[in-house]
Amino acid sequence: MKTSTTRFTLSALSLAIMGLAQSGSADTLRLLTWGGYAPENVIDMFEAETGHTVEVTKSNNEEMIAKLRATGGGGFDLAQPSQDRIAGPQMEFGIYKPIDVSKLDQSLFIPSMLSATMANTTVDGAVYGVPHVWGTSGLVLNTAMAGSVKDYTDLCNDDVAGKVSYRLKRPTLIGFAFAMGMDPFAAYGDEAAYTEMMGKVEEKLISCKANVKAYWGGGDELMGLMRSGEAVASMAWDTGGWKLNADNPDITFVAPASGALGWIDTFVLPAKGKADDAAYAWINFVMQPKIAAMITEAAGNFTASKGADEFASADLKARYQASFPPEAVDNIKWYPPVPAGLEAIEGGVLDRVKAAN
Amino acid sequence: MRAEAKLGFILLLTPLLLWLTLLIFIPHVDMFLVSLRERVGVGKHDTSLANYRTFLTEPLYLWTFLRTAVMSVVATAITLIIAFPVSYYIAKIAKGRLQSALFLLCLIPFYVSELVRTFGWMILLRETGLVSNLLLWAGLADQPVEMLYNDAAIMVGLVYTSMLFMVVPLVTTLESLDDSVIEAGYDLGGTGFSVLREIVIPHAAPGIVSGCIVVFMLSLGNYLTPTMLGGKDSLWFTELIYSQFIVRFNWELGAAFGFMLLFLSSLIVWGMLKITGQTLEKTMG
Repeated sequence: MKTSTTRFTLSALSLAIMGLAQSGSADTLRLLTWGGYAPENVIDMFEAETGHTVEVTKSNNEEMIAKLRATGGGGFDLAQPSQDRIAGPQMEFGIYKPIDVSKLDQSLFIPSMLSATMANTTVDGAVYGVPHVWGTSGLVLNTAMAGSVKDYTDLCNDDVAGKVSYRLKRPTLIGFAFAMGMDPFAAYGDEAAYTEMMGKVEEKLISCKANVKAYWGGGDELMGLMRSGEAVASMAWDTGGWKLNADNPDITFVAPASGALGWIDTFVLPAKGKADDAAYAWINFVMQPKIAAMITEAAGNFTASKGADEFASADLKARYQASFPPEAVDNIKWYPPVPAGLEAIEGGVLDRVKAAN
Repeated sequence: MRAEAKLGFILLLTPLLLWLTLLIFIPHVDMFLVSLRERVGVGKHDTSLANYRTFLTEPLYLWTFLRTAVMSVVATAITLIIAFPVSYYIAKIAKGRLQSALFLLCLIPFYVSELVRTFGWMILLRETGLVSNLLLWAGLADQPVEMLYNDAAIMVGLVYTSMLFMVVPLVTTLESLDDSVIEAGYDLGGTGFSVLREIVIPHAAPGIVSGCIVVFMLSLGNYLTPTMLGGKDSLWFTELIYSQFIVRFNWELGAAFGFMLLFLSSLIVWGMLKITGQTLEKTMG
């Protein structure tokens, strides 16, 4: 009798625990972003000024979209995918909601960047994204040991054999296509031409595979490889190169001859976000020049905030100017929106490269 | 009294049933439905078996699965060969304090997460790592040696990760073996080998089988270890599933892969049980 009562209590207790529902309050801003885009000091200032609280989840482009897709655009109030990954997923999965630009202080943005991003993220006449942080990807080289590398395809040179690292992701495919003299962006709309182009890139990457030490997955992995000298040439983001430059002056970011690839990370509202007001407040807050400079300090990349450059540290500016002479800036290839369905073509290529010997 | 016992039984069963239906059964049904969808246009889907066809007709995917399965079988065999003497020593030869201390030593690596353990191996094996530097210092190598990013490194990681899951069932079954039976074997003129073959292994068979099943499934479903230790040539089936879901946004194909993994791994376990003449009932026995 006694045991049966205990059993009863235990079962009831476990049921009660399972049944505990989660409750949320309206002024919690659930932010889905990249590492460094929401530094602690900025969050503290924002919370003190507005009374909202901020919960940060760090992620990357693919995971952001996968997470939002899994919930139909719920679970977060503000997300920061790159501008080329908004229109496609929106058409395919409907995970964002239109952004009301009138609620934003547009004078805080660099006008050309704002209008370009708005144009690239427009679906059926509604705008879905505004710019936040921008940067490029290109080559991170140990200039003392990889002097011969001037472009992506030079990563296949014999003198860096076994000391090369890049990601097995779409920027690598795009970069190699440009370096091989093709224009993948022009072929975005033509699936057959794009498939053919990717076929050529696939051959090149497979023949180049012996040169690769490891395909890196996360930024820290690459840092480890470059710092230890196990890799001397890699494809990576500009910030990665500049961070390494602070530790070892030989290592730096180099814009490749065929042009660095330019990206802009944006602000978008997930379809089922619950704290839009807090989201708009956050955007207006972080785009103020002084705050934007604090984010630049943490993330290492410049923002679309007008006048924030003045507050950026002299070190970072010097590194930026060394990596980007004026002609290299003009040569930056900005990612156009990725049409839905291209990932499947690229996915097949990447799988086959990974499987090749 | 009877009705009360029945109520208690139902209430006890409820959490388990809720767990099974809500977290295992329903998601699998949903996943199965997803795997039957074929993308025909932007946001449009048809019901078809196209995803399963892709798996069966693209040699790359079949090949990856085969590679994963063979590597997992080899990892299971190596784990068994290493874990058997260890378990025998713990269960039969070590006594008292030493016994619990040895058992605890097997357990301690599992106090930290798998990620940390794998990083530990990376620190040891990488070109600028501990082992490589030790070899240089001892004069056994004249330049840094890269021991990471190959199949052997994956194997080391898999065996290390699954050791405990082999040792625990083996120790349990070996402990239940009466010492006098082994002595009787020797008294009747048996050699060390024949006693092992005729008495110890048959008695430990349920432990061996359950340990092997757990280790095989853990290896097959492992994601971290092969990806991190295998580097550019890792190519593990779970990695394919992850990239279909997260990188390619192709949930349909990823779900089909998931079901093929479930189906084929069950088939392999069933086949192995048949070949060795074991049954699942005996193992549970």
